Amino acid sequence: MKGTVYTETLIHSAPEAFVSEAPYQLIIVTLENGERVTGRVSGDRVSIDDAVILADERNGVPFFRKIS
Amino acid sequence: MRPVAVIGIGKTPFGVFPDRDIRDLAVDSGQKALANARLDPGQVEAFYLGNFAGPSFVGQSHLAPYIAGPMGITGVPCTRVEAACASSGSAFFHAFSAVAAGLYDVALVTGVEKMTSQQTPRVAEILAMAGECCTEGKAGATFPALFAMIARRHMFQYGTTREHLAAVAVKNHANGAKNPDAHMRKVITLEQALAGKPIAEPLTVYDCSLVSDGAASIVLAPLDRAREWTDKPVRVLGIAQTSDFVALDRKEDITVFEAVRTAAGKAYQMAGVGPNDIQLAEVHDCFTIAEIVAIEDLGFVSKGHGGPYTAEGCTELTGPRPVNTSGGLKAKGHPVGATGVAQLCDIVLQIRGEAGERQVSRHDIGLAQNLGGSGASAVVTILAAA
Repeated sequence: MKGTVYTETLIHSAPEAFVSEAPYQLIIVTLENGERVTGRVSGDRVSIDDAVILADERNGVPFFRKIS
Repeated sequence: MRPVAVIGIGKTPFGVFPDRDIRDLAVDSGQKALANARLDPGQVEAFYLGNFAGPSFVGQSHLAPYIAGPMGITGVPCTRVEAACASSGSAFFHAFSAVAAGLYDVALVTGVEKMTSQQTPRVAEILAMAGECCTEGKAGATFPALFAMIARRHMFQYGTTREHLAAVAVKNHANGAKNPDAHMRKVITLEQALAGKPIAEPLTVYDCSLVSDGAASIVLAPLDRAREWTDKPVRVLGIAQTSDFVALDRKEDITVFEAVRTAAGKAYQMAGVGPNDIQLAEVHDCFTIAEIVAIEDLGFVSKGHGGPYTAEGCTELTGPRPVNTSGGLKAKGHPVGATGVAQLCDIVLQIRGEAGERQVSRHDIGLAQNLGGSGASAVVTILAAA
């Protein structure tokens, strides 16, 4: 599953259950079919308009990786 | 539908109050509002409570009668309304509707939140419940993160800068410093705002509203009876509540709060006025970017120009259109459930000419915009001297 980054943020101040993971990047991706999904990033930080691919799914949350 | 007026207002200061519980705060503001309207509690025919997360923050449910009873209000409908950060704006909308419809003559609306008894990560977790928990929440989103994503996109599409965001914080802190009831009465510089600790990039701690305790109350009555209780009735000229998807990823363009646009359109139509007639406004600056988006969606400035408009000083106390003269959520504080009614109290103070050091010169007609979540609920209210 591929798409482009619609928007992103790097979270420093996390909710209780995610404190140990901070800082982490949260993104909204526009998929090739036009749908949008909220997910996380594995690997390098991404910016708006970067091409990304689904790399992993953890606990129902999609993790995307930058396509270089 | 008959015309409705505000006949009384009352607020607690906003801040961190370890010795005051949720009921103490709410009852205090309610009693002040009733005294302001020279009313006895027994004359209240309906009570509406705006509260976001009392059960999570303080472990108490059934909050409307829990608070109304000690105020001396029993034997009447007592209803809690929850719409995230728009809880008490929404409670006000429903009280207005009932009075306008002729169901009641005297309705009391109170907004309250007691937040500071929880640690910051737990507060973030409770606030995140106003988002889409099954997607955003599971991914580790916080409210600052959702608005940071809005900010990033706004910057990308319109060239909005970190300096524009910081200008909102600097202005609202300057106003808050003049408000004796504000949580943070501290002037800040642009340099300080830009150098703040990052919370969710590009937002820093200075882009975020405060975690506060506080309550605000307001009394409504039919306009034709208002002078029985007050010499300075303020008419509810227009009001609308609308909604949108909760999940940010369901919105086509996240730089727009569509619910605010539709609520504003309806409220303007009902009031028979347009954006250029509004002399001052309290808008929902839960984050600095939210004020920029709000003034665009309310039609004060064209889309994408909210940042420069703010940086040029147009929304300062002495500017052509003062916004958040109270200090806004940023400096006055943001006890979530209290915010909507507190905004209305601040507009009423300005219209009555009772805003002290922060009184603006043109104050016949003002607007309050209350936002829930990342834009799923919106209430826009236009108030005018009666």
